[in-house]
Amino acid sequence: MSDTILLQIHEPGETPAPHESERGLAVGIDLGTTNSVVALARDGKAEVLRGPDGDGLVPSVVFYADDGSVTVGRQAREAILETPDHVVSSIKRLMGRGLEDVKTVAGTLPYKVEVAPEGGMVRLDVAGRVMTPVEISADILRAIKARAEEAQGKAVDRAVVTVPAYFDDAARSATKDAARLAGLEVLRLVNEPTAAALAYGLDTSVEGLYAVYDLGGGTFDISILKMEKGVFQVKATGGDAALGGDDVDHAIAEYFLAERGAALGEQAISPGEVKQALMTARVAKECLTARVDGEWRIEVDGKGSLHPLDRDTLERLASPFVDRTIEICRAVGADAGIEISDIHGVVLVGGSTRMPLVRRRVAEFFGRQPLSNINPDEVVAVGAALQAEALTVGSDTLLLDVTPLSLGIETMGGIVEKVIPRNTPIPVAMAQEFTTYQDGQSAMSIHVVQGEREMVDQNRSLARFVLRGIPAMTAGAARIRVTFQVDADGLLTVSAQEMTTGVEQHVAVKPSYGLTEDEMADMLRSALEHGRDDMAQRILAESVVEANRSVLAVRAALKVDSDLLSDDERQAIDAAIERVEAATRGTDRDAVTAAVEALEAATKSFAEKRMDRGIRQALSGVSVDALGNALGGDEQSQER
Amino acid sequence: MTAQAAAVSPCWSCKGPVASRALFCSVCGAVQGPGAVDHFSRLGLRPTFDLDMDELERQYFGFQRRLHPDRFAGKSPRERALSQSQATALNEAYETLKDPLKRAAYLLRLLGREVDLTACGTINDPELLMEQMEKREAIAEAESVEAITRLSAAADADVLADVCHVSAAFNAGDLDEAARLTMRLKYLTKLAEEARARKARMTRALP
Repeated sequence: MSDTILLQIHEPGETPAPHESERGLAVGIDLGTTNSVVALARDGKAEVLRGPDGDGLVPSVVFYADDGSVTVGRQAREAILETPDHVVSSIKRLMGRGLEDVKTVAGTLPYKVEVAPEGGMVRLDVAGRVMTPVEISADILRAIKARAEEAQGKAVDRAVVTVPAYFDDAARSATKDAARLAGLEVLRLVNEPTAAALAYGLDTSVEGLYAVYDLGGGTFDISILKMEKGVFQVKATGGDAALGGDDVDHAIAEYFLAERGAALGEQAISPGEVKQALMTARVAKECLTARVDGEWRIEVDGKGSLHPLDRDTLERLASPFVDRTIEICRAVGADAGIEISDIHGVVLVGGSTRMPLVRRRVAEFFGRQPLSNINPDEVVAVGAALQAEALTVGSDTLLLDVTPLSLGIETMGGIVEKVIPRNTPIPVAMAQEFTTYQDGQSAMSIHVVQGEREMVDQNRSLARFVLRGIPAMTAGAARIRVTFQVDADGLLTVSAQEMTTGVEQHVAVKPSYGLTEDEMADMLRSALEHGRDDMAQRILAESVVEANRSVLAVRAALKVDSDLLSDDERQAIDAAIERVEAATRGTDRDAVTAAVEALEAATKSFAEKRMDRGIRQALSGVSVDALGNALGGDEQSQER
Repeated sequence: MTAQAAAVSPCWSCKGPVASRALFCSVCGAVQGPGAVDHFSRLGLRPTFDLDMDELERQYFGFQRRLHPDRFAGKSPRERALSQSQATALNEAYETLKDPLKRAAYLLRLLGREVDLTACGTINDPELLMEQMEKREAIAEAESVEAITRLSAAADADVLADVCHVSAAFNAGDLDEAARLTMRLKYLTKLAEEARARKARMTRALP
């Protein structure tokens, strides 16, 4: 009997969560550097939601007009040529980035990065507006949400959003903030290669060790997964969050601009020329996938220049970037102790894997032809949609992912002490003890970093906080335990505690380059006219979930132990349940909370009687086994 | 209170009695906290050094299927937090038991014979010290891919051999010997990692 209850509750597919049908849709979103895609899954089948023209890709480009209106997608991309300073593209490259990072990538971005000095987060000056990458990404997500709502004729309020596996904590956090700003509850951040593997695994029921090679517009990821009977276990992952097809475009554009400079006898290059050259470069690169040569024309300000390009030259220009991806594949394999020959197959993901050079090099390195039967531009969104369905409706599949980068803290001399090594399965919690280095030291500054290098300044700084109130002790006597916790989204929380006194401090790591809660609240208010409503609704929904849980729990208890109650007591409990149910049908969150509290009070003595009986039975040794029915050991037989 | 009474505690959700080690309440079905059990019990395994890796993985997957936060995405915050603690505990158990070195050290601790693997102190065993120095030197000086490949394979073989010896020591109930061999395993593992890293670097350097 207890088994049936377990099944009912833990196979959500059989008992859809209450209100599930009333809620908005949950979609999967691949928020890409160059293009974004949205998909929706029903009954284990995912479908890419397309625009009126049948295209699934929404260019991740935003046009900010002087009148304040915002356009996303193809039209925005076309506006690049007319008004380059009103258009933002490749914003993903700046997610979670600080001033220092921007200097290193600014040269490769197709627009001018204006950096406002206040705060840690980069701000862009576009068409007279100062915006963070989070707000710009939120504009893209809003457009995607609107596309999905239009396609389905139904509200969309929840999503699985994918991120490159190699995204650090700051970039993940920024992505989650962007979705919130766009009015989407993030069910889970899923790593792009893992999402792709899910799409492949379910579609073709592959088994064994697989590599997912994901070369997108701006990011490269390689993940090695074990796929087995619905479990997708990431064994190792690696990549480069600033390497992708954009780099190839840039190399071609430079080549074109050098030719153009020579042909026209010009020295200075205008921003318009750069954007035009980049656009032409992308077209040329895409054309040379099918053809071996061609000629392209760049015309800016009435001056035209002709640029022939063949595939050999393209491959010469692209080769350094592809070499680097292969290098990373080799390192990840070696790091995880996996022989390349043990890998059963390679899945290609990302538009840049259409390049013949990439396919050739990947096939050479892995010693087998890569799989690409699912559209590499859409496969990540398909996987994300499947995961969104799994999280809301239920599923037999399970994704087990890892931390892509080591997490640690700064110790004396600027050396990093690793607390969680890379490729550790998440969620994870690990602690390390540190001590003071001065007599009577009363505070300790804790600097959280992410990366593989030994010295702090070579890694990514995530957050700094101070643990105060350490009692005066001699140097080395205090024991400060720093605990790192990474949740299933890959997001980090750090807490520190002085062990001899119990002084404690918790910080959800709001990365140095992220938004503060206040900034976030301000943005939610100003960006969304229904921002407040959305928030209130979400809080109400949470209370209703909690209230339903209470009622179910009491009902289950009544079924088993109602003989402990007198008629009066029973009636009081039934009445309290009814009041909770009535409250959950309304919209008053306080009424829901009050009714739940009243139910708790009404069942207090019932709970005590149940505990008494349970302990009595345990003492007499009869029913520990019965109580232990839910122990893991019993279920293993079900698993097999 | 007897051990049996202590084995029952109130379910946080329906407030009724639930076995302390239960994953779910048998009455209301709510997920429970991970509880303080050893890594072997957590994964439903017998405490032994000679684990069947396939079985370990099967058990780990089986528990994660039921307890992973993805299974609780639509549930109340408390249930989500508990499932995260459960999954975290499962990951810790899996990571510890999967690795022979960590498994050996953990089992020694369970058996009351602690070895400190994090201590980067000196090697007390002069024989081990000599052996380590010689091998480290050979790895650092290897000039051809053939040479480093051979050394790397030899280092891997040493690790495997030591794992067999650790197993034999546990089976013979000789914990001192098991502890000595576990320390040795720590150094051999490190050596094998160095060899692998150097091999990777040298292979990459080839045209």
